[in-house]
Order: sequence, then structure tokens, then C-alpha cells
Amino acid sequence: MISALDRKLLRDLSQMKGQAFAIAIVISAGVATFVNSRTILHSLEITRATFYERQHFADLFARVKRAPDSVTDWLKDVPGVSRVETRIVENVTLDVAGLEEPAVAQLISLPVVREPALNQVYLRRGRQLTPGYDDEVLVSEAFTKANNLDVGDSITAIINGRRKQLRIVGIAFSPEYVFQIKPGDLLPDPKHFGIMWMEYKALATAYDMYGAFNDVAFSLQRDAAPEEVIHRVDGLLDRYGGLGAYARKDQLSHLLLESDIQSLKTAGLIAPTIFLAVAAFLLNVVLTRLTSLQREQIAALKAFGYTNFQIAWHYMKFVLLIAIVGGCVGTAGGVWLAHDFTKMFLRVYQYPELIFRVRPSVVARGVLIAGGAALLGAMGAIMLAVRLPPAEAMRPEPPARYRPTLLERIGLGRLVPNVARMVLRQLERHPVKTSFSLVAIAMAVAIVVVGNFMRNSVDKVIQTNFFDVQQYDLSLATVEPVSIDAINELANVPGVHECEPRRTVVARLRSENHSRRLGIIGLPTDCRLMRLISKTGEMVSLPPEGLVLSQKLAQVLHVRAGQTIRVEALQDKRPVADVEIVALLDDIAGLNAYMNLEALNRLMREGPQVSGAILTTDPLFRPAIYRRLKETPQIASVTVKQASVDSFRNTIAKNMMHMRAINLLFAIIIALGVVYNGARISLSERSRELATLRVIGFTKREISTILLGEIGTITLLGIPFGLVLGYVFARALTYFLDQEVFRFPFVIANSTYGLAAGVVLAASIGSALLVRRRLDDLDLIGVLKSRE
Amino acid sequence: MSSVLAHDSEFAGPPRGTAEVVFAAQALTKVYHMGEVDVQALRGVDVELYAGEFVVLLGPSGSGKSTLLNILGGLDVPTSGQVFYRGAPLTEFDDGALTRYRRENVGFVFQFYNLIPSLTARENVALVTDIARNPMKPADALALVELTERQDHFPSQLSGGEQQRVAIARAVAKNPAVLLCDEPTGALDVHTGILVLEAISRINTELGTTTAVITHNAVIAEMADRVISISDGKIMHVARNIHKRPANELTW
Repeated sequence: MISALDRKLLRDLSQMKGQAFAIAIVISAGVATFVNSRTILHSLEITRATFYERQHFADLFARVKRAPDSVTDWLKDVPGVSRVETRIVENVTLDVAGLEEPAVAQLISLPVVREPALNQVYLRRGRQLTPGYDDEVLVSEAFTKANNLDVGDSITAIINGRRKQLRIVGIAFSPEYVFQIKPGDLLPDPKHFGIMWMEYKALATAYDMYGAFNDVAFSLQRDAAPEEVIHRVDGLLDRYGGLGAYARKDQLSHLLLESDIQSLKTAGLIAPTIFLAVAAFLLNVVLTRLTSLQREQIAALKAFGYTNFQIAWHYMKFVLLIAIVGGCVGTAGGVWLAHDFTKMFLRVYQYPELIFRVRPSVVARGVLIAGGAALLGAMGAIMLAVRLPPAEAMRPEPPARYRPTLLERIGLGRLVPNVARMVLRQLERHPVKTSFSLVAIAMAVAIVVVGNFMRNSVDKVIQTNFFDVQQYDLSLATVEPVSIDAINELANVPGVHECEPRRTVVARLRSENHSRRLGIIGLPTDCRLMRLISKTGEMVSLPPEGLVLSQKLAQVLHVRAGQTIRVEALQDKRPVADVEIVALLDDIAGLNAYMNLEALNRLMREGPQVSGAILTTDPLFRPAIYRRLKETPQIASVTVKQASVDSFRNTIAKNMMHMRAINLLFAIIIALGVVYNGARISLSERSRELATLRVIGFTKREISTILLGEIGTITLLGIPFGLVLGYVFARALTYFLDQEVFRFPFVIANSTYGLAAGVVLAASIGSALLVRRRLDDLDLIGVLKSRE
Repeated sequence: MSSVLAHDSEFAGPPRGTAEVVFAAQALTKVYHMGEVDVQALRGVDVELYAGEFVVLLGPSGSGKSTLLNILGGLDVPTSGQVFYRGAPLTEFDDGALTRYRRENVGFVFQFYNLIPSLTARENVALVTDIARNPMKPADALALVELTERQDHFPSQLSGGEQQRVAIARAVAKNPAVLLCDEPTGALDVHTGILVLEAISRINTELGTTTAVITHNAVIAEMADRVISISDGKIMHVARNIHKRPANELTW
């Protein structure tokens, strides 16, 4: 049997259903973002951990030029090493049917007679490689999908200079390539970069590597220190052309996954906090009004003998009901959002399956936090109402006190019309409520600004990196360093406008106890096709001697311009030299080290050698150029700039559009919650005034101005404040997101400000109009007959 | 015409015989639908109010006097019957026309003052003078009710009687043709009530504003030109006071 007091509760709620609904929606957005981010985070972590464990993802990696299999035993004996798996990894150019440009694959050897101990391949479809068949390959799924290939199809690869027809027998995934990106690229391009696995014997024969390996993976014992193992492994592999071992945390795919997870962790807490703070505020305002309207009812209840606690609990239930509805809707919304987001992640991450798991504890925590925030917001209002002695509560509330506003006190009162005066005094009378509403509206605006800023920033990265820095449209890398003449020949190929050589040398930069393994890029004097440009667009010219480092790299290595740094080349003659850092470049992506090509060659104690080239080409001749490149055995990889940009637009850009839509929705929810409730409270507080004004002869339009003036003023002040807040947040974000992979430049397009202001304004006007309709039902006579 | 009115017509006709008819109501009825119950507030009322007179509508609560006043003031519409204001059919006005009618012609005073708490006394009056066609200065209106010194006070700083006088100033500041007061002393003690009535009376004599006051207090009827008694939705009796008593002689 439902008690009379609970009946009152339900009727009060149904009378205020519009407001209760608006608040429940804000709460649900808070719970949804919480459940969403925790669920995604959990799903991504568990998916990654499960996949890594099942496929025995290695802890340590090393690359060598060529080491005999006998070295394996030494490697196994390194203290801390648990298992070792050696293999051959080569880059090959592919000729894919239907794809004009050449594609590149990382071709990895598999021991067919047994499962590899580490980095096992997950087979989605098809079958494993058959021993003795040297034309069978497993291919990564992203590449086959992007190129419409399937089991049974063929691909032509140029393997060590020879064209070879390969048959796809299986579609596969690897823990090493969850984030499948060509080393040195900024964006994944699954159409032009794939992973292929081939029988060891076939690959070894093709590259004359039988009985040897050029790549090795380790798993470590639980208590092993990776730095220690790296040091010893490097010592063993040096004489075989070791390029330096590195731990899992520096493995490209893992590094990118980890940086995504880290940013999710922080971003996942911000949105729920904003929503729940807004909800708490709204509940405070609504409960303050409700208890003030029910002042005499509370007195009567007390007179009947209800305890303070019973009355407080009555209102707490009111708040909790709203919170529970918000919590349920939010949980459902959060799970749905998480589903949607994981789909976006699957566009970029290559997992055979994503383990999507909603933990009950996350849902429970979300709902608890929502309830807690709601009670926290309402508690002040409830306690104030409950503490009032019944005799005092029986008397009507004293008339509201007002005073001249600041504007009038400083003598500008004459300039303010009467209606504006009412609005301003009302605003000034509730400074806390006014400022909180203002902040909430500003938050709504800031959410849109920040959401859109990410897009502006990425656009800027794309513009800077692909169009300002890269003046070429094609870049290629050779298998081995070649004489500069080979590259100069390319300039004579029909359709090649310009061609500039470049060389990349894998080296370790070391300064005291900080070191970093990377490729030093050598560019020719007067390089035109590649410009060193900072985030802010300043160009740095490459000096004839010395290094130019990314500012971020200098930060990692704790060095400054003017200092010298030790360069330990890991290729060819492996020279070691101290080189001066001539300048720092505040660039946009990656950790880069640039050097003049001739200076780099001198450092390597070699003649004019190059390892690649960058070209500009005539679009009409491109098919012919691509054909020629596909046939050139020395070429290990070709990158077509436009393809990278297109791939970006198909994946990450799509995801960002999606995120932007969700951000807009969130901003609308906040604006709706704040403006609708604000206007409803105004209406409740002032219906008497408004009815009086109507009686006196004010038109509906005029009293609408008074009703909506308050919330309208808050909105109009909140929007510019929100634009500033968005600016500040975006600035802070560029600082926190300052990562080694990607440094978000601070750019906010004017259209972003316009969108943010426009969306919030439109949502506010919409909610205000909803409330304005109620003025039609204003009871002119009833309101005059009764006391407030 | 009701038989009662016909009987009293000799006393209850226009003052000095020729004054202009401001309001003419014919066969007014009003039914309120309160949930499932119908309440008949007016059951066929015929009445005329003349320019410049001071009329008291006297009756117990629930007699229909407020309903009649609300209809005359353009706040409510009758279920049947017609009302003419200076020959114009109020009953055919739409909402916009009624708003304009109230804005230009009618001053209202309510039992609970209905001042805007966020505006000072002067600003409450200015609220009306801002939108009126031919208003007096707010300060002059407040002088009429002897509140010049309190004009910069907010309602929370004024006594009940002072608040009601501000309401009267607000009602008359637009120079309305009619002043309609619904229980203007209902929430006040005798002393302040008298002050308020004096103010209303002064408006009536000094400005010539046609004034109708609703009350259930028979004493107040003694200061009127005419007294219209209403009971159970009908006009029971109309009487002319030969000797009007000034407000300050009243007591209850």
C-alpha cells in the first residue's frame, strides 16, 4: 500500500515532469559518459590483454642485418630472457590487382613445422601455410578488406628483385600490428600497407638468408629489467649489424594503443563531472523552489507529527527517483555509446574480435555517483526547508528583498528601462544561482568548442604535414643504400618533375643517461620538396653541418640547441660521433632528427649514398611511374601522399565527425536542462507578477520578455564566456596531449566558435519557447485572488 | 431588466439624469466548470455604470461580484450576455483587443496589491506609465496617494497600506477612464484601510475617474454614490446614497 506522502511525491513529480525529465536527461548524460568511457577502457584493455596473451606477444624486439641461427642460443642465455623467436622480416613492394599505386607489405617468416613461440598469428579464415609451398601467404585482414582480396586471390610481390605470384591462403591478425601503420608514417593506410606471413624456408631462400635471421623477439622473465636485457642483447647483436633492441613500450603498435588508452583515462572523467555538477545544481534550484512553494505543506506535515527526517526523506526520494531514472537511461545510453565507440575503434584497431564487456560494478558505480551528486545538490535546499519551525512556516514567506543593481548604484540607472531593471535585480538577487547557470551554459559552449577544436587541430596537422612540410607527392625507400646516381636517374623518367634524394640512418642518439633510437633523415642542400616547418609555420633552414631536432625529442633527451650529442649509427660501419645540435624545430608530429645529406654521409664515412627519394610527378604519367616503380627491384617501399590523406579521411576523420555529433548532443542536453529549468523556475516564481502585468495591460510578448529576460541574459552572457572557456580548455588540452607521436597545434577556426554559440543559442531558444507556451495558460484571475 | 432594478430605478438611475453610460451589461451569465461541478457565478445580470460615479459592489464571498468586475475589466468573458464599454462590445473583443482595452482604459487595484517585488514604488508605477498613451508622471501619481517620500522603497520596505497605495497610484497613473478595485482593504487593518479608501475617493473626485469598488464590508458602501448589492449571482438591490460619508468618518 502506497503511503499518502508517497502519493504526494508521485503527484508532485508528475506535475513537474518537464523539469524532472530535463534534469534526468542531464544526469543520464553524466552516467552515460561514465559508463561509456569505463566500458570502452575496460573492453580495450581486456581485449588487448587477452589478444597479447593468447598470441604470446613479445616483450622485447631487436633487428639485425643478418645473424646466424647459432646466435639464438646465446640470446637465450641472456639473464632475464625467457623465450626467443628469430625470423626474417623484409619489406616488399606489391602489385595488387585493381590498385594503381604500388602497395608495400612487411613480409614475415613463419616456422611452418611448429607454432612460433612468440607473436603468434591469429587465423581468421582460410588455413595455415603448408610446408614446402613457397607461394603461400597469410595476409592481414585490414589490407585484404581495403583491397577486396580474399582467400584464394593472388598478389604479385617483388621479392628481392624478382616478381613472384603469391596465393592468399589465410586471413590473419597479429598482436604486433593491432595498430597497423607503416613505420615512419603518420596515419594508417590499410590499402597500401599490409602484413604478410610466409614460410621461413621460402623467404630465407629468396633473400639468401637460410640459416640466419634479421629479426628477433624475446619474452622476459617476470622480474627481468628490460634495460638490462636490451644492453646485453645489443652487445651480442652489434657485430651482426644490430639496429638496437627495444622494449614493448617502444613497439610502434603498442605505443599507439597505449597513448589512446591513456588519453581515454583522463578524458573519461571530465565529461561525467561536468554533467553531474550541472545536474546537482539544477536539482538544488528546483528543490529550493519546490520546498518554498510547499512551505505551508511542510508546516502542516510537521503539525501532524511527521519528523524532520521523514520530511527530508520525502524530498530525498523525490531527488533519488529522478536520479534513478537518469541512471537507468544513462546506463542504457552508455552501453549503446560504448558499442558505437568500439565500432569506431575497430575501424582503426586490428583485433580479430573486440571483447565488449559491461561490468556491473561500473554500472553500479555510475548510478551511485549520480544519486550521490543529485543528493548533494538537493541537500542544502531540503535541510533549509526541514529546519524551519512549523509556526514560522505557517506564515507566508516575507516579500523578496531587492536592491538597486550595481549599474544603478554607480549612477547608470537612468539608462536602464524598467523591464530590464526587473531582470537585472532578479539576477543580482541570486548571485550563486546566476553564476552557476552562467557557468553551465558556458560549459555547454566549451564542450562544442573543445570537440570541434580537435577536428580543427587535426586538419591543421594534415595541412602542415602533408602540404606545407611535404611538397612532394611520392616518396620511396630503397632496400639498401644506393649510389646517388640511381636516384638522379629517376629524374629522367617521363612525368617526374622534380626528384630529390634522401637518406635515413638508424642511429641511437645519446646524451648522458638519456637515449633514443630513431632514423636520422638526411636531406640535400637546398632541399625544396621537404621543408622543415614549425607548428606556427616558421621555416627552419637545414645547416650544412650538425643536427636539427624536434623540440619534443630535445625535451626527451634533455638537450638544448648548441650542445653536442652522441650519435651511434646502427648501420653499415656503425660509426660513433659527437654532433652539434644546431637548431630545434617545434614540429607537429613524431620525434625527428634532420641532417644535411652530405654531412650525414661524411658521418657514415661513406660516399654519396642515399636510401630513398621524394618526387613530384605529373598526374597524367603517374600510372606509368607506378608501373615502373613496381618493377624496380631496389625499391622497398613507396608512399603515395594522396593515398595517406584519403585513408585518413575514411577512418579517423569519420570517427571525429561522429565524436563531434555526440559533443553537440551533449551541449544541447546541458543547454536544454539549464534553460528549460531556469525558465520554468522563473515562471513559477513570477507567474503572479506576470499575471498582474497582463491585467495591467501588458501584452503576451511583453511579459515573455520579462519571463525569458533572465535566462536569456544568462545565455547571452554565458555564450561569450563559454567561447573563452573553450579556448582555455583547448589550450590546456594541447599541453596535456603533447605526445611524442602527435602534437596537437592550437588552432580554433572561427566556424568552431560560430557552431558552438549557434548550437547552444538554438537549444536555449527552443527550450525557452517550450516554456513560453505556458504563458497562454496563465490564470489571470486565479493568481490575483490568492496570496503567493 | 430585473424586477428589483425596475423597482429602484427612480433612485438608481444616472446621476443628474444625463451622465454618459460607461459600462452597460446585459443578461450576463457566467458558469465555471470546476472539475466535474459547474458553478453558476452570474445568473443574468443587467447593470450600467455611469461616468464619474463611485460605485460599491456589495456582497458576500461567492456572490459573483468579483466575476462581474473581472468581466467589466476585460479579464474574463461571460458565458452569455453582452457588455458594452462606451458603446463598444467588449464581449466581441479578442485577446489582443482586450489587452489593449485594459492597457488604455482600466486601472486595477487588488486585495493583495500584486506589486512587482524587484521594482521600487516609483518603478512599479512607471511600469504602467511606460506603456500608457497619456500617463501622469509616476511621482505625481505617488503624490496623489501621499507616498512621495517612499517612492524609492522596494515593496519589502513598505507596510501593507503603503503597498496598496502604491498599487492605487499604479492603477491611476495611466489616467484610466475606470478604476476597478477588488477588496482593496481586505488585507488591511481599519486604520490603513481608511487611508487607502481616502486615496481611492480622492482619485474619484479629483480626476473624475469612474470607480467601482468590490467589498463585503457594508460600511464601505456608505462612501459610494451608488451601492449595488449582489447575492447568488444576481443583483438584488441598487441604492443611491443621498448623503455620502467621507472615508475618514468610517469605522468597522
